[in-house]
Amino acid sequence: MNGFLSKEEWKKRLNRRLFINRIFYILFFAATTIGLIFLAMLLYRVLTQGIGYLSWDFIKGFPAPYPEEAGIFAGMIGSVYLIAIVAPVSLVLGVSTAIYLEEYAPKNRISRFIQGNIQNLAGVPSIVFGLLGLTFFVYIMDFGYSLLAGGLTMSLLVLPIIVVAAQEAIRSVPNELKEASYGMGATKWQTILRVVLPASIPGILTGSILALSRAIGETAPLLIVGAAAAIYSLPDSLLGPYTAMPIQIYSWVSRPGEEWPLVAAAGIIVLLIVLLLMNAVAVFIRNKFQKRY
Amino acid sequence: MNSFKRFAFLLASILLIGVLAACGQTEDNQGDADDQTQEQETNADNGSNENNDSKDEDKKLSGTIKLAGSSTVFPIMEAVTYEYHKVQPNVQTPLESVGSGGGFKRSTKGEIDFSNASRPIKDEEIAIAEENGIQLEEIVLAYDGLTVAVSLQNDFVESLTVEQLRDIFLAERGNTKWSDINPDWPNEPIKIYAPGHDSGTFDYFNEVILEEKPMREGEGVTLSEDDNLLVRGIQNDPYAIGFFGYAYYYANQNKLKAVAIDGGNGPVAPNGETIQDGTYSPLSRPLFTYVNVQSLKEKEHVQDFLEFFMNGPAAKAAEQVGYVALPEEKYQEQLANLKKFYE
Repeated sequence: MNGFLSKEEWKKRLNRRLFINRIFYILFFAATTIGLIFLAMLLYRVLTQGIGYLSWDFIKGFPAPYPEEAGIFAGMIGSVYLIAIVAPVSLVLGVSTAIYLEEYAPKNRISRFIQGNIQNLAGVPSIVFGLLGLTFFVYIMDFGYSLLAGGLTMSLLVLPIIVVAAQEAIRSVPNELKEASYGMGATKWQTILRVVLPASIPGILTGSILALSRAIGETAPLLIVGAAAAIYSLPDSLLGPYTAMPIQIYSWVSRPGEEWPLVAAAGIIVLLIVLLLMNAVAVFIRNKFQKRY
Repeated sequence: MNSFKRFAFLLASILLIGVLAACGQTEDNQGDADDQTQEQETNADNGSNENNDSKDEDKKLSGTIKLAGSSTVFPIMEAVTYEYHKVQPNVQTPLESVGSGGGFKRSTKGEIDFSNASRPIKDEEIAIAEENGIQLEEIVLAYDGLTVAVSLQNDFVESLTVEQLRDIFLAERGNTKWSDINPDWPNEPIKIYAPGHDSGTFDYFNEVILEEKPMREGEGVTLSEDDNLLVRGIQNDPYAIGFFGYAYYYANQNKLKAVAIDGGNGPVAPNGETIQDGTYSPLSRPLFTYVNVQSLKEKEHVQDFLEFFMNGPAAKAAEQVGYVALPEEKYQEQLANLKKFYE
């Protein structure tokens, strides 16, 4: 019997392996559940607190000193305007940077240095970008405490995330596709435009969704570059005063009185809805491009 | 391929719009003229009578009044701008809550029209303003009583002398238990809840009680800029003590007990009367806004806004949020002095 397992021995080992298999299944399932439980708790809390104040008047209303009259319209429109500035600026700059680094830049020490710095920038605290925006856009460029300064500051904040995601997406385009394109006599630009970009759009959009979701929820940089806590008009130009949803929510949470946290919860619901709508559009576009090759 | 082209076209057109808009703004941007430009635009819209100097009541003004500063003054100014917007819907009033110091940083550069503050302007801030050729004029809006509060479950503290407050809050006294302050009180650690060191409220406490000496730190001390957090911390702990603006006590009277303060003439509890007549001493303080004199001279909507809130709304707003309004004649007196700049 040397070299062979007895039936009992075999059964024992099999059970052991199955047991380990089961343990890891439970472990990973638990990890997933913990995240979901907290998400569910958050949603439950926000919904039960905020639903009472959520009404058409709340969505259409401007901020007010009284909880019953307060609304989030100025913040909502301000946030939409901000995203309308952030999305094109950061996408165009970010994707261009990624194309340059992946397709054109020689793989030497300098490009590795740039690469490392961009990845580091993605981890810089948002307040630092706020200070940068204050110095550069508000003072040096003289945009003042305006919508434009806020939007450009946010663009800088999310730019590194978009660059890294876009690079990753471009890198994952199969080499055969590019070589086939070159083989047909296409130039580098034609290859990038007609082969690389269409194939990497799903990946780029996934990164952009994450980046723009961050931009719509950020408070700290906007506080520094001057989003107003109480304003009764919509921004009338790129240089107009503005506010954003997180600023409104922050301002409501920190007020005296028991009703204000409930108003803030209603604001959070609106913020979540806008965020989901925005992501839904991006996911829709992504799915359209998903099976390109 | 086609759908990608469509996508690229969409992206390109979004970018183009962005670029065009960015170019458009450079014209607005010359000088510090965005106020005036907006003013002209809106005036052109509603066929305004900007050149008509007669002060008829239903005249529609437009423009921007920028306000920033103390979070303590914020609720007053928010209520005032809210009411003003009902009267003059075309005047924009962006209001920011950035702290007294943050407000002065901007007003001394002439960036804003009203600088809200929970303390008087400092000499070095006046110096900066003078360097930039800015003149700021002080307006007292209301009084705030800084309230020292304990939990309703606390049954041993009713009043404290200024000296006892120092025993509790000063690091150099080295007291950590209630029994260290008064032998009759429980042998339990004191838990302190105080506003962060950047707030005007802390500045004020620091000046009149601590006399600029360091406050206790570390174990048993919670600092927060969020006053609601202080309220929550104190309400459930019989051995906690903290301080914040009177408005936060006023909004949470059912959860907290205000400690009467003995400034030398017997204990006085904070309420509307004792704060206004100054007997709640030394913890009652005036709340200010500083108006930029140049804006006041040149911008008609700033003059109109000033007259609006000095004639009632400021007093009403102060009462609503739990501060104490000035006597009516004090508002009129200040307004008369300010009118000299433009009449």
